[in-house]
Amino acid sequence: MNETLKSLRFTLLAVLAALIVSAFIIVITDIEALGNGDFATPFRTLATAYWGLFKGSFGSLRAISNTITGATPLLLAGLAVSSAFKAGLFNIGATGQMLAGAMGGLWVGFAFRLPPVIHVPLALLAAAVGGALYGAIPGALKARTGAHEVITTIMLNGIASFTVLWLLKTEAFKREGRDDAISKFVEDSAKLPKLFGFMGKRIDLLAHYGFVVAVLATVAFWWLLRKTTLGFEMQATGFNQDAARYAGMRTKSLMVVSMAIAGAFGGLAGGSEVLGLYGYASATVAGDIGFDAIAVALLGRSTPVGTLVSALLFGALQAGGRQMQVDTDVPIDLIIVLRALIVMFIAAPLLVKAMFRVRGEATAFGQTFRGWGG
Amino acid sequence: MKFELRGITKRFPGVVANDGVNLSISTGEVLALIGENGAGKSTLMNVLYGIYRADAGELLIDGSPVRFTSPADAIAAGIGMVHQHFMLVPVMTVAENVVLGVEPTRRLGMLDIAEARRKVREVSDKYKLELDPDAVIEDLPVGVRQRVEIVKVLMRDAKIVVFDEPTAVLTPSEILEFFEIVRALVAAGKGVIFITHKLKEALTIADRINVLRRGKVVGEATPRTTDEKKIAEMMVGRAVQLVVDKTTAAPGASVLSLRDVSVVEPDGRTVVDSVSFEVRAGEIVGIAGVQGNGQTELVEAIAGLRRVASGSISLGGREITADSPRERHAAGMAHIPEDRQRQGLVVDMSITENLVLTRYHNAEFSHGMLMDWAAAKEKSRAMVASYDIRTSDPAQAASTLSGGNQQKLIVARELSRDITLAVAAQPTRGIDVGSIEYVHAQMVKERDAGVAMLVVSTELDEVMSLSDRVFVMYRGKIVADLDPRSVSHMDVGLYMAGSRPGGAAA
Repeated sequence: MNETLKSLRFTLLAVLAALIVSAFIIVITDIEALGNGDFATPFRTLATAYWGLFKGSFGSLRAISNTITGATPLLLAGLAVSSAFKAGLFNIGATGQMLAGAMGGLWVGFAFRLPPVIHVPLALLAAAVGGALYGAIPGALKARTGAHEVITTIMLNGIASFTVLWLLKTEAFKREGRDDAISKFVEDSAKLPKLFGFMGKRIDLLAHYGFVVAVLATVAFWWLLRKTTLGFEMQATGFNQDAARYAGMRTKSLMVVSMAIAGAFGGLAGGSEVLGLYGYASATVAGDIGFDAIAVALLGRSTPVGTLVSALLFGALQAGGRQMQVDTDVPIDLIIVLRALIVMFIAAPLLVKAMFRVRGEATAFGQTFRGWGG
Repeated sequence: MKFELRGITKRFPGVVANDGVNLSISTGEVLALIGENGAGKSTLMNVLYGIYRADAGELLIDGSPVRFTSPADAIAAGIGMVHQHFMLVPVMTVAENVVLGVEPTRRLGMLDIAEARRKVREVSDKYKLELDPDAVIEDLPVGVRQRVEIVKVLMRDAKIVVFDEPTAVLTPSEILEFFEIVRALVAAGKGVIFITHKLKEALTIADRINVLRRGKVVGEATPRTTDEKKIAEMMVGRAVQLVVDKTTAAPGASVLSLRDVSVVEPDGRTVVDSVSFEVRAGEIVGIAGVQGNGQTELVEAIAGLRRVASGSISLGGREITADSPRERHAAGMAHIPEDRQRQGLVVDMSITENLVLTRYHNAEFSHGMLMDWAAAKEKSRAMVASYDIRTSDPAQAASTLSGGNQQKLIVARELSRDITLAVAAQPTRGIDVGSIEYVHAQMVKERDAGVAMLVVSTELDEVMSLSDRVFVMYRGKIVADLDPRSVSHMDVGLYMAGSRPGGAAA
């Protein structure tokens, strides 16, 4: 069996293991029923909960739309983590890059009046550039001073959050008549069209063309890795920086370029949220997406296809989790537990091996983590 | 005591590492176990030491079967192992290291370091190891550290001592001292198993020699009835050229020229100390020296991977002191680095990707920013065939290759470029006899084609047989410029140790 299939099997088994453990949690947390000797109710709850999880993510057009809506920023931010990781850099700064991109897209979105065919691409470009510039900072800091990108990207996340908070209260960005940190609306001409717009005016279908942008970005990432000299250099540096330097690659500029590319993906994540979903920006526009993106990249083993699939899975869990909460007493927080379990099982291949009695080596799988803190 | 292995078979997925191996060792004798890398020596020793369980076969002590489930069992049965990579704590003293894990204690668990010191002195005196129990490990030379490992084994009452490639890290004079220790062990009634791939050493020290190839014992011999050539043939399975086959060099114009080159570490130590020399077209210049005397830094300075503090380097008459590694490649420099895993290869990438690692940016393999993988694949298929790199598929990761084939890959990549100078650091470290023969032949071929060759090696035999001129490097300086045809190994060894033939220290 080849490596790709092997890793895919492990990933699926990890997801399955997480579902099993979560099921156990759902059952035992119904202490009241269990205490009364009622075992049927907790299992009925479990069945309803998991059915809701599925129904809410893939059970209807609206469910699919919600899954896609959730997956869009996760995919783009996931690419921000994956692409940096391929170059041996651990990008925790997707949040900051999203915020930088969101501000870029937002400003172009409200400051100009242009035909949509120009306005939309221009706003997206501004988002990408904003993210790229913000991403390049930790790259340059590492190349110049050796400052570890894990530390600098986390710090830059904080800087970005407060800068956005301040920016949204300035006259240039502030929405008229509001005192809280909330921006003007972008022009309609800068808005990403709804994905299911052809279905008529259904306001419950939130999915937008940001998803198309994200898929195109995934293709671009694949193309970069497979077809370009830059991608080859990034990967060589990521695997073995000493060998890359020996081979004559400019590893320091590569750090900056790789982080800029990662930042561009992150910026697009922020931009597509502003231009596609909200139509404006608030201080919480990036939410926890930048951190969830780390799990997405990890689960996808930093490959283009893997990142796409795991972003969809996380999007589905998020959409299905809301339905689950409506249908049962199981809180949506269980989704956080479920995601954490998936990541944990991914990180512990030997555990998955033992659970499912898989034979053979788990080393290729464990390599996902190489380079952490390195 | 007689220790026997009978019909030992150990399989790993896809390989039979040991195939019905029989081996016996008695106290009072030295058995050399010789074989190429991957012949199954280490697996066999791990079976013997209780780390692996054999799939078939049995271990016997004085005729009765024993079963080892861990190294603790082997130690209890009187087997001791000195590993190739020492397991010592650098910041601790000799006495502390020796008792690590079996600390003598007084009341309330207080460490009895005096007792540890006394024991070290006792064992050291008995076998003439000359160890100071209070010396800190990190201050000791490698040869002395090895003796600390030996004391550790002896203090646990080993009757059979296994040495795994013990001479790999030693200087020529340390090797001689090591042989004295082995003789003292045998005289004291210990049995010694000596694992090596160096023919000369096996012939010098062993009473019996067992040759392992592809997991099987393919031959047994005693030093009296055999010679290097016969053993090498048994190891490789075919006739082998042991002496480098080359004609007298016909040197041309100067290609590489160093003028007072110094390299200073960030902590202020001068590791290369105003070195000047020239390498001419069509000659091989060898630099001998004990590891850690500035050779690594010198090579990196020439290759552009390390900044030169002062002095100048020129290639073909043009100054390249400030050039980047890539500019030096373009100017015709090839570099076979000292550590193939760390520097020479990206082991996680494919063989094809590694074969183009230093020239993917050339028009041959890329157009603008786009890689031409079809061209790279075609080239790699041709190179795999013509440089005899043993693989089933060039799309596999370089990590799947054996050490010898990894080295052939690097040699193929570097020497097949359009070059005027090749700098090779430890070009045959840790690879098998067959691959060494091949790599040496390629280097001589390039020399004869007019390439200037600089070879840095800690293997004195290699430097002496390959080079047309030999330099010795000691504490960052070139201390001797010798003709390998008229100087003895012993004399070069003395220069390597910092003294001069006939007396005073340098």
